[in-house]
Amino acid sequence: METGNLADVTIYIALVVSTLRMATPLILAGLGGVFSERSGVVNIALEGIMLISAFMGMLISYYTEAPWLGVLSAVASGVLVALILAVACVRYKSNQVVVGTAINIFSLGFTGFMLRKVFEHAGQSPPVTKVADWTIPLIHKIPVIGPMIGKHTPFVYIAIVAAVISNHVLFETKLGLRIRAVGEHPKAAETVGVDVFAIRYLCVLLSGALAGLAGASLSLGFLSQFRENMTGGRGFIALAAMIFGKWTPYGTLGACILFGFADALQILSQTLGLTFIPRDFLLMAPYILTMAALAGVIGRSVPPAASGVPYERQK
Amino acid sequence: MSSTGKDLEQPRSKMLYISREQRIELLIPVVAVFLALLLGALLVIFIGQSPIKAYSALLKGAFGSKRDIAETLINVTPLIFTGLSVAFSFKCGLFNIGAEGQFIMGQIVAAWIGFQITGLPTVIHMPLAFLLGALAGGLWAALPGYLKAKLGVHEVINTIMMNYIALYFSHYLLMAALKEPGQIPQTPAVAATARLWRILPGTRLHFGLILALGAVCLVYYLLFKTTLGYEIRAVGLNPHAARYSGINVSRDIIIAMTISGALSGAAGAVQILGVQFRFLDLFGFVGYGFDGIAVALLGRNHPFGVLAAATLFGTLARGAVTMQSMAKIPKQIIGIIQATIVLIVAADEILRRLMKPKETEIQGSQDAGEVELGGDR
Repeated sequence: METGNLADVTIYIALVVSTLRMATPLILAGLGGVFSERSGVVNIALEGIMLISAFMGMLISYYTEAPWLGVLSAVASGVLVALILAVACVRYKSNQVVVGTAINIFSLGFTGFMLRKVFEHAGQSPPVTKVADWTIPLIHKIPVIGPMIGKHTPFVYIAIVAAVISNHVLFETKLGLRIRAVGEHPKAAETVGVDVFAIRYLCVLLSGALAGLAGASLSLGFLSQFRENMTGGRGFIALAAMIFGKWTPYGTLGACILFGFADALQILSQTLGLTFIPRDFLLMAPYILTMAALAGVIGRSVPPAASGVPYERQK
Repeated sequence: MSSTGKDLEQPRSKMLYISREQRIELLIPVVAVFLALLLGALLVIFIGQSPIKAYSALLKGAFGSKRDIAETLINVTPLIFTGLSVAFSFKCGLFNIGAEGQFIMGQIVAAWIGFQITGLPTVIHMPLAFLLGALAGGLWAALPGYLKAKLGVHEVINTIMMNYIALYFSHYLLMAALKEPGQIPQTPAVAATARLWRILPGTRLHFGLILALGAVCLVYYLLFKTTLGYEIRAVGLNPHAARYSGINVSRDIIIAMTISGALSGAAGAVQILGVQFRFLDLFGFVGYGFDGIAVALLGRNHPFGVLAAATLFGTLARGAVTMQSMAKIPKQIIGIIQATIVLIVAADEILRRLMKPKETEIQGSQDAGEVELGGDR
């Protein structure tokens, strides 16, 4: 068995950096999933929203050379696409999974179509200006820790801060209480004067914004271009992480880091001398863990009671 | 929390209402297709091309010659299977979003049986490879069905998870055991005795189309002419009522998922035994499974509706290739058209309100999937 040079500290640095890189888009999208599902709307369109946002972010950065403007437009397009989901599912009570699926099909068609229309090129966009990395003062100078967490694309820090804020909003504010009430028992919430529709609209749009940020992190943070289907199922892994994290922001954060770690191991398996574990098994791990969690093998995950059920306004 | 109780209340003019409702029911897919094609035309104008040229190139590509028609039907064949698959699960109130994964399992098992076994006569080898491929898909779906029936775990999430597991697992199987010697990651070609018959001389059209048409009839018969089908539909309409009337709901859920998975597995098997002849390394999902969702929805989850919808989508997919080369229109436009159709059919409340503005109080949620989604606790 080849063990690699496990005494070499650069391997651990690479592992942490890689884990954070893989986890970041998952965290952002996963938090989006938390808000949406906590309010009672299943959002399997995270994947499609990410893809469209990644494209729009790239496009605006390409034209303006202002990457933050790109990020902003990625968030805006995320909200816009989420609006389709909200109108169809909250207002018109359509099947949430079906509409989500339609958005996912649409996103592949739309981005592929636009890629050819704008750049007359299949596969990928030309390179664009990406968001500059942030260096954290002082911390980046600490040996070992510095190279691990001191310098990253801003999205890494945004994702972690977003998890903290989300947890605060969801569990320590009046709004959060309302969101959870609407997702658990909308009728009771409405009885005490909570506007179920307004809360659901807000949460679905918020999940669009977060998935939009996740998309921007791909095309303007870690890479500096758009590639066809570059989300590659991350929206669904984010959904899995949300479930594995029991529909809580911190749980989701932890699950995303775990799944990101599995991905990092897979990427670095050569260097780490882990070739005796088939890479495919590491890639499968997040999905198997999620199924096990849902089945109650490792701490039962139970979704919000009204998640997925369209709400009928009471007269 | 479902509004099932409400659906039982009939309005006063019962006879008239039903026929009108049915008319709307049939009209919605037609309107959806029309609007989506209109949107497609606008997109074509947007990129500075002529929509008439584009759509005539599409039709020519799909039906221009004997070979084109055959290729179109080759496209339609797997869509019939995956469309039936998703529709069948819908009828039981389940959403099998895992057709893609079941398709992959059907592919790899059919390829394996096809090349591993030699010396069997065609009449045995071909059905064996086909049926075992279908069985693989069925078993792949049986697990989420079991978890749903016994533990109440929602099948949507589990089937999504199993799509990805299938993707990586098939890659593992291919590289670890089934790869043919050499650089290209693919299995050896299936034996001649496992291949589906060609049914139109001079083209690649294969016996899979006949199998698909057979599956349409079989699913129709199963759903509407047998006790099991009646039970499955009862569970789909209202699992609680079904349980009180003595139906073994758990058993029916597992059976429905297995049959649904087997249909997707059959789609994969047919693609291997009729078109590809070997399992090729997948770099992502092929899409027949997800397209199956669109087919089922447009076909209103009815076997004959599925047949019509699969024909439409298969035609679009085939024609789009020609449209891209002849009229310089990116073939991804089909994805946009398809998504629009699904969206309009799914958000049919909007159309219903437009079509009968005076009866907005009546909720017409016909989709069984809508009732049960999320209501499993």
